Amino acid sequence: MGLHMNWILFLILFPLLPAVLLLFFRSVSIQKWIVLVASALVCAGSIGLAVTCTQAKGQYFPITSDIFNKLIVAGDIVLALVFLYVCRRLPLKRYWIPLLAIVQYAAVVWFDLSGRVPETTHYIFVDNLSVIMALVIGIVGSIIAVYTIGYMEHYHKKHPEIPDRRGKFIATTFLFFFAMYGIIFSNTITWIYFFWEITTLCSFIMIGYSRTKEAVHNSFRALWMLLVGGLAFAAAILYASSICGSVDLRQLLAMDKSVVMLPILLMSFAGINKAAQFPFAKWLLGAMVAPTPSSALLHSSTMVKAGVYIVLRCAPVLHDTAAGAMVALVGGLSFVAASALAVSQRDAKLVLAYSTIGNLGMIILCAGIGSHLTLWAAVLLIIFHALAKALMFLCVGTVEQMTGSRDIEKMHGLITRMPLLTIIMLVGIAGMFLAPFGMLISKWAVIEALATRNPAFPVIVIFGGSLMLFFWMKWMGKLIAVTGPQPRQDEGIGIEWFALTGLAVLTTLAVPLYPFVGIHMIEPLYGFSPMLNWNVIWIVGIMLGLILILPLGFFIHWKNLVHVEPYLCGANVTDTHQFMGSLGSARDWSFRNCYIDKYFSEEKLFRGALVGSIVLLILMFSMEKL
Amino acid sequence: MSAIYTTICYVLLAPLVGGLITGLDRIVTARMQSRYGPPVLQPFYDVFKLFGKANLTVNRFHSYYLVCFLVFIVMSGSLFFAGEDLLIVIFALIVADSFLVLAAYSTNSPYSCVGAQRELLQMLSAEPMMLLSAVGLYMVTGSFNVSEIASYGKPLILYLPGVFVGLVYILTIKLRKSPFDLSTSHHAHQELVKGITTEFAGPSLALIEIEHWYEMILLLGMVYLFFAFNPVVGVVAILFVYFIEVVVDNTNARVKWELMLKSAWLITIILGVGNLFVLYFVLHL
Amino acid sequence: MAFLKRSPWIFHYDGSSCNGCDIEVLACLTPMYDVERFGVINTGNPKHSDILLITGSINRQNEHVVKTIYRQMGDPKVVIAIGTCAASGGIFAECYNVLGGVDTTIPVDVYIPGCAARPEAIIDSVIQALGILEEKQKQT
Repeated sequence: MGLHMNWILFLILFPLLPAVLLLFFRSVSIQKWIVLVASALVCAGSIGLAVTCTQAKGQYFPITSDIFNKLIVAGDIVLALVFLYVCRRLPLKRYWIPLLAIVQYAAVVWFDLSGRVPETTHYIFVDNLSVIMALVIGIVGSIIAVYTIGYMEHYHKKHPEIPDRRGKFIATTFLFFFAMYGIIFSNTITWIYFFWEITTLCSFIMIGYSRTKEAVHNSFRALWMLLVGGLAFAAAILYASSICGSVDLRQLLAMDKSVVMLPILLMSFAGINKAAQFPFAKWLLGAMVAPTPSSALLHSSTMVKAGVYIVLRCAPVLHDTAAGAMVALVGGLSFVAASALAVSQRDAKLVLAYSTIGNLGMIILCAGIGSHLTLWAAVLLIIFHALAKALMFLCVGTVEQMTGSRDIEKMHGLITRMPLLTIIMLVGIAGMFLAPFGMLISKWAVIEALATRNPAFPVIVIFGGSLMLFFWMKWMGKLIAVTGPQPRQDEGIGIEWFALTGLAVLTTLAVPLYPFVGIHMIEPLYGFSPMLNWNVIWIVGIMLGLILILPLGFFIHWKNLVHVEPYLCGANVTDTHQFMGSLGSARDWSFRNCYIDKYFSEEKLFRGALVGSIVLLILMFSMEKL
Repeated sequence: MSAIYTTICYVLLAPLVGGLITGLDRIVTARMQSRYGPPVLQPFYDVFKLFGKANLTVNRFHSYYLVCFLVFIVMSGSLFFAGEDLLIVIFALIVADSFLVLAAYSTNSPYSCVGAQRELLQMLSAEPMMLLSAVGLYMVTGSFNVSEIASYGKPLILYLPGVFVGLVYILTIKLRKSPFDLSTSHHAHQELVKGITTEFAGPSLALIEIEHWYEMILLLGMVYLFFAFNPVVGVVAILFVYFIEVVVDNTNARVKWELMLKSAWLITIILGVGNLFVLYFVLHL
Repeated sequence: MAFLKRSPWIFHYDGSSCNGCDIEVLACLTPMYDVERFGVINTGNPKHSDILLITGSINRQNEHVVKTIYRQMGDPKVVIAIGTCAASGGIFAECYNVLGGVDTTIPVDVYIPGCAARPEAIIDSVIQALGILEEKQKQT
């Protein structure tokens, strides 16, 4: 008991130490060692927690001393001041950004200091969902942190005009871990709120890192959008403490639905906001101006996962309610709209961003419905998505550094230029949509779980999934085109290899490991799922085995192969990328993917999704009493 | 135990039956065009001949993708005939198709790549209806398992007429028949030469041909599920559906991809989703 | 093997023909003659085909193309020169840019005379080519 408590406190508080150290030590080599040791410890801590502590019902730790609570209030005040400080240079007409911060903090701190927030005793808890989240944050997060060392080295060499503040950047990463662990282990919504706003601050710092005009603009957009979510969270605290009489999450979830529906919806709203669902998708899309590790972090293990985590926590109340169905529809709309939007994108990072929004939409969809089968699928999605998406971002980041472009068209024939990296990238893409990799297992689980429901839900998943297949496949095709001998471009990748191969191995390993996670962690939490049937596990195992064994075929030298050039109506010349023109001169040919702007244009679809999601959100709050 | 037998039967017999159906298809097509047509065994002659030809390749990697393609098609069909989960059958089929697309992309030839993109569009058009029919079958029978759906006992076609028509519609896409033979086709002189198969010759092309037979049997198996209450009716239904496909093949010119995508999705939404909603309200109210 | 004989796939290339012979080649594929009876398919892709049918003479413009197409056909393969122009250059033989018949550029196995060549003759040439194909396969 005491051991677990200490363990959790270690996970929450330890990341602060490297964060502070990194601010003080300017030497790059010392920073490197701090990051390596701290990441290893965070990772080991999360795994250790998972090994020693699996709690289906949740273990709640009483804290009698009031000192922590006071600290949190003090922290709130400090955060409010920090928010005001970062807004100091904003033009006057954008007064509403600091105002958003002032309003929510004034209300919460006033409530707290005037004793209107009810007393609670159990501030910290752990259950299997927290443990799974801790694993995702600890493992994926620390791998990204290690990658950051190598990346920032290249980044500052390439961009000498950007002031080198990499210590601060990596420190923010660890501050992120602190906040994330805080969110998943807190049982009091006032505490969650404190950590919640820290993640907002962290992403603001990361997005604005380069201090270019675009970065600053996007970081403030992220700030105000996320503060809207914070405002909803603050409103949830006020309502819960004054009407429901408790800020203890466990007690709130056990209350009668009619009493607690509004604060739960407000928290879900905050979750939807943080998970960058429509209508708030814009902040995550703008976040890609930041150095790639921060995108990887925001998209995979932290930030957006906090959003879906909180909705997942609220799921028992949302289950079987009209408002819950609306939450699910917001997720579903985001899934379909984001997948369709990704079709017309040729910027690799934008495709990744839209696919994140889409996949998180699927998780929100599951959480909004809230039956135990959908929650099962949601947890699987969280795990698999974090791995594959982190991997993809790191790959794209590396490609961008090595080739100077993240345009998918320019990745044509990447496999001849960077073979190993491309194979890792293929693992990542396969992990996002192809059987038997994780996301497909999850999609399978989602369709199985939703088929018992209103057919609208499986239809959403099916159509969104088809679009997803389309845009991933055409990207994959670009990568594997064999263009003949090309100069290699993968020299100079250092410690990044560790992160890339590590994540690729984990993405693959997660497939055979899912039954274990299912049996030991998810089943005690949500009950049995057909995904644990032996038949299913066998089939997935066989498919994975095939996918892993078949690549050996590359090494078999086929007999009697006759090499010829591609068919160009007989007009071939020596260079395979040219043909004989009608006047006898060699002309270039090139090949582009289709992006179907006509139907999937960003402008039209985005506006439609905005309107649709706002309508759904209004419906959600108006259906609170149903 | 019977699952193992049916699976073995599928692996061994599907190419035979598929080849025969293709042979009959070619004769019927010829008769519709007032020709005499080739012998029934012509598809087998073609395949055996292709195995005896030189194996031309653009690069040595794409043969590998084609082997993966065949392996996953056979796996998908085996799972179907072993009575496993229909969703995973469809997912395995998608993996298989993906490998064909990747093979075409890897050749880096303009005609193959255009074919690959069209194949992707075909997948985009057809996949929703495939998965939707699995959901429809689940809503009636309460199971995704092919064995349980097949032994349900009641005529599923009466519950799912819209879904069935939708499935037959996208079957044209899946069987690469006109008007939806966008990515490749059996006929001469296409503007995209032979589309996705342009760069595959000899044994590689033979593999693709055999794979088409496996895939065809699997798809016709899905049609059978709607009539599984009576095997005779089921077989008649399969033959009838295939005949309809041949008629459509012979009476329609190829359309553009836009029309394919729009019409397939429209039919999926109106007939497929509409059918599911009606079913949902009938079952739950 | 006998299968080659039962499934000859053809590929038709128009050198610089007046279209007379081309029309006759296509006539073979119509219901009137229906060469699919013998398993003949017009593939439109040299990589898939066994028999190359060339109509018209070879000139400097298409010499390269004919060579490339011939190279891209998989063994065993045969070439049929259809019509007088393909066989010898015909009335264009003396033109400034005409090299002559198909055999000036690639080896030809069967020659069919005629201006234009009759469909019956073309079908007959394909049947003859099958014998040559078989022999070639035995040699390899």
